[in-house]
Amino acid sequence: MSTEALHHAHDDHGHHDAGATKVFGFWIYIMTDCIIFATLFATYAVLHNNIATGPSGKEIFELPFVLIETFLLLISSFTSGISMLAMHQGDKAKVIKWLIITALLGAGFVAMEIYEFHHLIEEGIGPDKSAFLSSFFTLVGTHGFHVSCGLIWMVVMMFLVSKQGLSDTNKTRLTCLSLFWHFLDIVWICVFTVVYLMGAM
Amino acid sequence: MFGKLTLDSFPFHEPIIVVTVSIILLAGLAVVAGLTYFQKWGYLWSEWLTSVDHKKIGVMYIFVAMLMLVRGFADAIMMRTQLALADAGNAGYLPPEHYDQIFTAHGVIMIIFMAMPFMIGLFNIVVPLQIGARDVAFPFLNSVSFWLFVVGVVLINLSLGIGEFARTGWLAYPPLSEATYSPGVGVDYYIWALQISGIGTTLTGVNFFVTIMKMRAPGMRLMQMPVFTWTALCSNIIIMGAFPMLTVALALLTFDRYLGMHFFTNTAGGDPMLYVNLIWAWGHPEVYILILPAFGVFSEVTATFSTKRLFAYSSMVYATAAIAVLSFIVWLHHFFTMGSGANVNAFFGIATMIIAIPTGVKIFNWLFTMYRGRVQFNAPILWTIGFMITFSIGGMTGVLLAVPGADFLLHNSLFLIAHFHNVIIGGVVFGYLAGFGYWFPKVFGFTLNDKWGRRAFWGWLVGFYVAFVPLYILGFMGMTRRLNHYDNPAWHPYLVVAAIGAFIILGGILCQFIQLYVSIRDRKDNMDVTGDPWNARTLEWSISSPPPFYNFAHMPNVEDLDAHWDNKEKGIAYKRPASFEKIHMPKNAAAGVFIGLFSVGLGFGLIWYIWWMVILSAAGILATMIVRAFNEDVDYYVQVDEVARIENAHHDVLEKNASSHPFVTQV
Repeated sequence: MSTEALHHAHDDHGHHDAGATKVFGFWIYIMTDCIIFATLFATYAVLHNNIATGPSGKEIFELPFVLIETFLLLISSFTSGISMLAMHQGDKAKVIKWLIITALLGAGFVAMEIYEFHHLIEEGIGPDKSAFLSSFFTLVGTHGFHVSCGLIWMVVMMFLVSKQGLSDTNKTRLTCLSLFWHFLDIVWICVFTVVYLMGAM
Repeated sequence: MFGKLTLDSFPFHEPIIVVTVSIILLAGLAVVAGLTYFQKWGYLWSEWLTSVDHKKIGVMYIFVAMLMLVRGFADAIMMRTQLALADAGNAGYLPPEHYDQIFTAHGVIMIIFMAMPFMIGLFNIVVPLQIGARDVAFPFLNSVSFWLFVVGVVLINLSLGIGEFARTGWLAYPPLSEATYSPGVGVDYYIWALQISGIGTTLTGVNFFVTIMKMRAPGMRLMQMPVFTWTALCSNIIIMGAFPMLTVALALLTFDRYLGMHFFTNTAGGDPMLYVNLIWAWGHPEVYILILPAFGVFSEVTATFSTKRLFAYSSMVYATAAIAVLSFIVWLHHFFTMGSGANVNAFFGIATMIIAIPTGVKIFNWLFTMYRGRVQFNAPILWTIGFMITFSIGGMTGVLLAVPGADFLLHNSLFLIAHFHNVIIGGVVFGYLAGFGYWFPKVFGFTLNDKWGRRAFWGWLVGFYVAFVPLYILGFMGMTRRLNHYDNPAWHPYLVVAAIGAFIILGGILCQFIQLYVSIRDRKDNMDVTGDPWNARTLEWSISSPPPFYNFAHMPNVEDLDAHWDNKEKGIAYKRPASFEKIHMPKNAAAGVFIGLFSVGLGFGLIWYIWWMVILSAAGILATMIVRAFNEDVDYYVQVDEVARIENAHHDVLEKNASSHPFVTQV
């Protein structure tokens, strides 16, 4: 038994532990994405006082609204964690169920963000109004774009898991998706703090 | 239907462009006809385009880089001849709007589409072999990266015949690059060519970082990696840190141009200097991304052809890492004139000068490696010696420019142009061409003709000095860069000499191609039967040339620096293995090609505002990725008898030829 396992590991040398390598690679990819956000935060920091003829953050941010948004995303991180636990239990149906709940919460977040953007643009407070608004819409919108990509990924994963089951490859993919989702949560905490809380003060 | 694209977008009225495009189209047609006539489409598709083999991807990278070297050099020759002619009232033959596109294209092509793919091609070919791996960590991602790079190449070359290219200089500074001042599609071509290929480069950075961290042969510690692999590691770390900043800088410029935002405009609170900071926060690390692997090549070449272990390996590694860190804290020296104050300028000036210290360490390490070594004066070592002298001069003019006070005077002058060509040609180009000659036999199984290699070297070396020393002088005489014509007669003789220099370099490039032709013609006489034509030191030379597609039948066991040399000394190199095992390998993938094709559509649609094309292409990319995700048939096992057949054939040749290769006689 043990020699067989060893032999198998030897066979796969060069591609051994492919799953672990992929998760490591995904961590590294997330670090590059982190630099994208860091650069956008730096841009926002430079430009946030350049309101020109437009309104300042204090005049347009509605904290209670954003707080609900924040909780939707935070809870979705929690539910994403539950689906990971279900994956480790090998419970395919439970994984899909909690992925659906996570996706619904994420979709609620994106819908609220679209509503916020739409509302602002309708009032003539669009990203072309001032450098501050350009950097605000871009930073928050880039995060929202990431969440939307995560949602597409999540839907694809539901089909993959229901068709192929919890194969090693799909487990690796779920692990990466969950990493991505938590990462977006952390970025949102920074957005909430730096943009909304500090802006509304 | 076709957005901004109309018949007027095709520059029929420009004879130079019409002739160039016709030649390119004819050459393209000839290639297509040839492939059809010899029925090679299937071969091209299954052996190359869809390959996920790192060696083949590396060859394709360098092939495209060579094509782009020709394109970028054609731009250089045009600029030099224009300036040799356009003195005192003479307008020359290039109108300003065309000339501006040429110097922009020259810079972009040479850095992004010549030097970068040449470097990534060398990574692909060399790094997995040096660390004893069977492929990179993510072979399919590698193919995607390559095709995204090709998309950039396609877009920038489409701009030649459809529309125009940017007239902004290679970094497209706003406000000039904003829609107000550059309303045409030129800047959009620039943005999307760089953006799409840049994303591919970021993915390459991730891929090679993971490859080097996770895929090394058993026993190979970090401080036992070959120096080229070390420089590749540092270079990829810089890529991962810097390219996301390029992505953001370009995206913000895109939003300004497409959505009327105000990041870098003169109005509504925009800040053009923010772009200049962002682009150089990428741009300065970028030049270290390019030079570090060249240092790695010189380290391998020097050790191999001096038949000695590299002098002070660990100081070479630390110097490389130090340069990688410092590369991120010097970007402001590109615009001391911004007005950030004396203290800020002093910090960046001193940080810049400090880089000379680790670089100097490296120069001395190479010199001491050669000292009392048995140096063989072939083309790669000539490139190395030429580099050490030329790069030292370029480094010293760089330290001079790092003095903020001096920079205020020399900023934007031809002195600067001479300086960065001095380090990029003398460092990067010489390094990659040395690496090309050094690893060519590993990839193709025969060595290059050394006589023509040395001629190419002398063409480049002499041509470089004749072309660029006059520019140093012209910089002191006050000539600024990017001039289309001038009325100072004192500048004229120097510009004529510089043009002559460009033609001497052209001679060097021609020798390079003749070398390829002659070497392929005479390949039977130059076969590399041992896999180790140079009596070299690192693992890539322990297997056959060209290597089998799985690289290593058995994972090498590494116990020391210079693992192959170590095995030769112990008498265990070149041994025929007693038994073989089956090998796990990835299958070819067409998805990378399709993602590339759809990305061309995406970029082209975005450039010309053809929105249906944008939507279809984006959907195509997404669909390709999803189809790929559902495909479970992505890998296979190479069976034992096939491995045994390939390996035994190699060892038969090796034993037959052992007597004529003294270092193999121990077999």
